[in-house]
Amino acid sequence: MRYVTSFDFILVMIKIVVIFGGVMAALAYLTWVERKVMARVQMRPGPNRVGPFGLLQPLADGLKFLFKEDVIPTNANPFLYIAAPVLSLVPALLSFSVIPFGPWLQVSDISVGLLFIFAITSLGVYGIVLGGWASNSKYPLMGAMRSSAQMISYELSLTLSVVGVLMIANTLSLAQLVESQHGRWFGFIPRWNIFLQPVAFLVYVCSAIAETNRLPFDLAESEQELVGGWHTEYSSLKFAMFMLAEYANMVTVSALATILFLGGWSGPRFGPFWLQAGLPTFWFVLKIFVFIFFYVLLRSTIPRFRYDQLMKFGWKVLLPLALANILVTSFIVAIS
Amino acid sequence: MIQILFFLFAAVAVGAAINVLAQKHVLYSALSLIVMLTAVAVLFILLRADFLAMIQVIVYAGAIMVLFTFVIMLLNLPRDEDGEDRLQWLKFIGIPLGLFFLFLVVATLWNVESLRAAPPRLIGSPEAIGHSLFIDYLLPFEATSLLILIALVGAVIFAKKDL
Repeated sequence: MRYVTSFDFILVMIKIVVIFGGVMAALAYLTWVERKVMARVQMRPGPNRVGPFGLLQPLADGLKFLFKEDVIPTNANPFLYIAAPVLSLVPALLSFSVIPFGPWLQVSDISVGLLFIFAITSLGVYGIVLGGWASNSKYPLMGAMRSSAQMISYELSLTLSVVGVLMIANTLSLAQLVESQHGRWFGFIPRWNIFLQPVAFLVYVCSAIAETNRLPFDLAESEQELVGGWHTEYSSLKFAMFMLAEYANMVTVSALATILFLGGWSGPRFGPFWLQAGLPTFWFVLKIFVFIFFYVLLRSTIPRFRYDQLMKFGWKVLLPLALANILVTSFIVAIS
Repeated sequence: MIQILFFLFAAVAVGAAINVLAQKHVLYSALSLIVMLTAVAVLFILLRADFLAMIQVIVYAGAIMVLFTFVIMLLNLPRDEDGEDRLQWLKFIGIPLGLFFLFLVVATLWNVESLRAAPPRLIGSPEAIGHSLFIDYLLPFEATSLLILIALVGAVIFAKKDL
């Protein structure tokens, strides 16, 4: 058994502070990215009053959330109503504890890291479900019920889509998953799993969007029919916590997609020593950002699915595709 | 350290399990069940069965219990009334049956005490579980999956009499 020295302890503490601080700052600025990109797609200027290019907008939003009145509806269940945003945010932030942001920037590389993330995110749905139920109001309840049905349906195809990758990489540890994709084919094609598992990648991306309740799958929120879905009754910081959890989940699924299919932190290395140390993290963040950008583009261009279409798409398209992918992959892995 | 954690989470698991029965509202019972299942997952981790722990959370706490809460909300079950219970007589059968079950558990544990000395390492690793499921116990495993499939088809037929 390995004993933990005080040096290890301090090192882990530093990593936690760096990752937590970085992630929280990134989450705040993702709201700015989303508003700015969406505005550009819709030919609007977007936020441009607070600071240069509206760069201080997230700070202004945060302050505004702080000073808003915190309303708890009269007929709500106070205990669950307060617990729900916490139940939503804590799992969303917990998954960052196993994500490798670089070869040395990972809090803990546990042997079942991938399953840990799936386990933690599967608990995140309770925040939405209980928040909708505890509000004791029509629209939140409908949003919560849609959300639980949607999560169950898409979690299946999300989990099954990565099985092919796991069979190729032969590990569940996220750092080892990244390392298994190092190197190149024929000298120029990076050895990323996306080229081996294109179907799995498509299934993963579709289910990931549904899992994070984003357009075109944001049936739980759908402001045109359900006002605001499960968070209709929430205000002030509790609402901000729900939003933070949503953005954190977006980053988590994008990070997982990067680790599983796009080679994680791997990328061209150049420059002096100090630059090389930071490059892996830069590539990793850049790949995550590509996914986020894609998310925002989707949100601003594609209309929402109908509820029955959503269910049909999950069960009749994505799930069979994921299963067929497992079948073919296991056949090829067994032969070679 | 491990002992302290064990007793802490064992207490949480037992407390939550009792709370499942004590709560009047079905949703609170379901939530207590989630806490209980997660606490048991922590016990799995303490036994070095990380894989089992994660599967426990994914399957039970994260999937089955979501379905439970979904059904509870769908039916919008009222608060359990304190009035006449139709299943009153179950108490008189339940207590002896529970005692009998406790006796069985204690008797079994009594007999395997010699195994306690050396816990087999890595019994809960993905490789070990895959080996026992797909090589050592392949036939029982497949038979169980067939059984679940039969239950599934049966439930569908019950729910939709005219397909």
